[in-house]
Amino acid sequence: MNLKPTRLRMCGNWVLDRFPLAQVWNEHMAHYYAPKNFNFWYFFGSLALLVLANQFITGILLTMNYKPDAKFAFDSVEYIMRDVNWGWLVRYMHSTGASAFFIVIYMHMFRGLLYGSFKQPRELIWIFGMLLFVALMAEAFMGYLLPWGQMSYWGAQVIISLFSAIPVVGDDLALWIRGDYVISDATLNRFFAFHVIAVPLVLVLLVFMHIVALHEVGSNNPDGVDIKKSKDPWGHPTDGIPFHPYYTVKDVVGVAVFLIFFATVIFYMPEMGGYFLEHANFIPADPMKTPEHIAPVWYFTPFYSILRAIPDKFAGVIGMGGAIVVLFLLPWLDRGKVKSIRYRGGIYKKALMLFVVSFIALGYLGTQPVTPLATVMARIFTAYYFGFFLLMPIYTRWEKLKPVPNHITMQPTLEERLPEMKAVFDEVTLVTDGENSKRGFNPTGAKNVLIRTAKNLKESLD
Amino acid sequence: MIDETVDKSKRQFLTTALTVVGAVGTGYLAVPFLSQMQPSVKAMAAGAPVEVDISKIEEGQLIRVAWRGKPVWVLQRSPETLETLKTLDGQLRDPQSNESEQPATSKNPARSMKPEIFVAVGLCTHLGCSPTFRPEVAPHDLGADWKGGFFCPCHGSWFDLAGRVYKGVPAPTNLEIPPYRYVTDTLIIVGEEEKTA
Amino acid sequence: MKKLLSLLLLSLSLNVFASGGAELQDADIDLTDKMSLQRGAKHFVTYCLGCHSAKQIRYLRIANDLGIDEKHVLADIAPEGAGIYDQLHTAMNKHDAEKWFGTQPPDLSLIARSRGADWLYSYLKGFYTDKSRPFGVNNAIFEDVGMPNPLWQLQGEQKPVFETEGEKKVLTKLIKGSEGTMSEKEFDTAVNDLVNFLVYVGEPVQLERKQMGKYVLFFLLIFLVISYLLKKEYWKDVH
Repeated sequence: MNLKPTRLRMCGNWVLDRFPLAQVWNEHMAHYYAPKNFNFWYFFGSLALLVLANQFITGILLTMNYKPDAKFAFDSVEYIMRDVNWGWLVRYMHSTGASAFFIVIYMHMFRGLLYGSFKQPRELIWIFGMLLFVALMAEAFMGYLLPWGQMSYWGAQVIISLFSAIPVVGDDLALWIRGDYVISDATLNRFFAFHVIAVPLVLVLLVFMHIVALHEVGSNNPDGVDIKKSKDPWGHPTDGIPFHPYYTVKDVVGVAVFLIFFATVIFYMPEMGGYFLEHANFIPADPMKTPEHIAPVWYFTPFYSILRAIPDKFAGVIGMGGAIVVLFLLPWLDRGKVKSIRYRGGIYKKALMLFVVSFIALGYLGTQPVTPLATVMARIFTAYYFGFFLLMPIYTRWEKLKPVPNHITMQPTLEERLPEMKAVFDEVTLVTDGENSKRGFNPTGAKNVLIRTAKNLKESLD
Repeated sequence: MIDETVDKSKRQFLTTALTVVGAVGTGYLAVPFLSQMQPSVKAMAAGAPVEVDISKIEEGQLIRVAWRGKPVWVLQRSPETLETLKTLDGQLRDPQSNESEQPATSKNPARSMKPEIFVAVGLCTHLGCSPTFRPEVAPHDLGADWKGGFFCPCHGSWFDLAGRVYKGVPAPTNLEIPPYRYVTDTLIIVGEEEKTA
Repeated sequence: MKKLLSLLLLSLSLNVFASGGAELQDADIDLTDKMSLQRGAKHFVTYCLGCHSAKQIRYLRIANDLGIDEKHVLADIAPEGAGIYDQLHTAMNKHDAEKWFGTQPPDLSLIARSRGADWLYSYLKGFYTDKSRPFGVNNAIFEDVGMPNPLWQLQGEQKPVFETEGEKKVLTKLIKGSEGTMSEKEFDTAVNDLVNFLVYVGEPVQLERKQMGKYVLFFLLIFLVISYLLKKEYWKDVH
């Protein structure tokens, strides 16, 4: 009866004797201790991995039917959308996945800014992460040429021309990248090669290093407390819990919520109003005619705005590149002694809030045509973008820090907050008329709530 | 860390439930992914039935047409050839075509709807090479036993002029006969079966 | 944050189409209205296919999606001699096209996705008489377009009314010049059917996609509930 399981186990043991599977599992999952107090912002690492897997699988399937040839590329995409079984689903998963990737990554990076995840001893994790970000931008940019629509073509034309701004070698460099005098079949072919094999390999390698580096020093947390300082008799951090099962089950919830958003986009708004799939990209590339308004896909627009804001070609390119380079330097620019924003001074909180505003504003302006007002705005926000980083060594020294607790603090969960949220909802929507109360907009309640929110916001910014 | 009060069966139940739902979801996702590797509408369009005009075919002549990308042969056989075919049964692996693929209308000794017009998929049933048409009797390279037929250059399988495989060669069954029907006496459609009333 | 962003994005997207030209009129798009789509397909083949192709779609797909059987598509909608697997190719060849129009008329498979339904609807209704143009017509939505009005017999002739604002002549409205074979209401319906069909052709799978979305979201919701219960159960340990 139990001959079979024994034999199966023997096969299993045969493998385990020769491959450290159990060890890898324990080291990175079952015995990897993560802080107990991860919040919403800590979902995006695992989600990035999920989206990466999605891009790999759907990408491989698309490759089976896509033709990297200027004559056939556009039609082959439509062929996938129409003639290939379920091709539309695979393609939308890939195109939506590209945008989702950047949403997830921007959130993931913002988490770093909030809780000082880039600070000592996690500088290298941040550097690997930034390299991932750059590789991802290259991947997205080259992938965007492949459908060979008008936006693909002219977007690539503009971005590659940036290289020609580099003194002395610029023109030759741009020519070398294109492999032709304009974007052409040769460019499409090499971008295809980079997009489907070269850059993905780099991405996988960097993801591996990012995670290895993370698990070497351990995860940061919303309190910025080092959980290794206090250990129980068995040597486990008292503020930590094993990643598996606690964070695996938690991340699955995050995955479920993410997939609901993801599926909503795929099935109901795959173009996302022209932001995920641009309208002009449904017109085949025409080297003779530029569309009236060209804008990169939304995830590049903050940087594109910076480029346009600077009235000199070379300086613009430097500005755009600098906007990314400056992120690499973050661990050394920030002189604040405290990691988490919870215990940092008001000055960093305000600076970060304005940074988010200017980043989103730059992103918005990048999608819009140039007007004099827009240019002025873009310049202000660009100045702020760089100010945030470059003035950091100065203003982070002035910070009035709050005392950091010795242990992590547990914040109420979403579920625990429900009664509180219900009370606020009632305050706004319940109109009391003598003894009866009915649903309806309650102006006094709304006013009170707004005032309270503003007060809380002001308090939290100090 | 683990409390004594942990309800293990509830955990087990929820874990199983989530695994099952997750597996079902993955399964549903796998269907489109696997199905997208099936022939597309374009492949089906290329696989649409093809018309073959046989009004100009001569005795002993073989014409090739592409159907679903495969070579399909249409051969006009002479009465002598048909006579020879009857004498070969002993040397063949499946003379009655019991184990071979053909529409019911072609399951007869000549393996065709009309004896003189032979239609077959020109791919060897061994590993898919296209056999060469060798109608001549006893050529020097194939030896005196050769009564005319198809010879597969890849692995040396022999077929007679009804596409029936000889004994002692690698191919397991007779050449496949595709579905076809006569629109008129001189027009064949390959890929559509004769509608049985 | 994410929600806010997408809301912002959506609100922006609306003015992308509107840029340039006159106000757009609303097309009434309903892809579940198979009769409208069938009439639209017929109009497309009659009035558009002479010059424009829609090479990304096959008659077979139209038959399946619009609920017509294959024989009827070939008999009633497709031009003579088309096969069921054929794509909607135009009869006009490239050489003639360049001679007559100076360029090859664009393929219309994806026109609804690049221009939008309202633009197409307004454009097709926006032709007016302009003797200075090679085909005698101009368009209120697409100025100096190099295309004749294929629907003029149905619509009749439209005349422009200009007002001068400073030095610029501005087109304010179009008035009826002569009667067409259709009443105004009939014509609007015909154009709407045609645009409806073009929207369908832009993405034939869209109806199916939206129907499928419900089931996928329902399934994911179940997955979410179970995963949340499991998470809660395990996190009882964590104090």
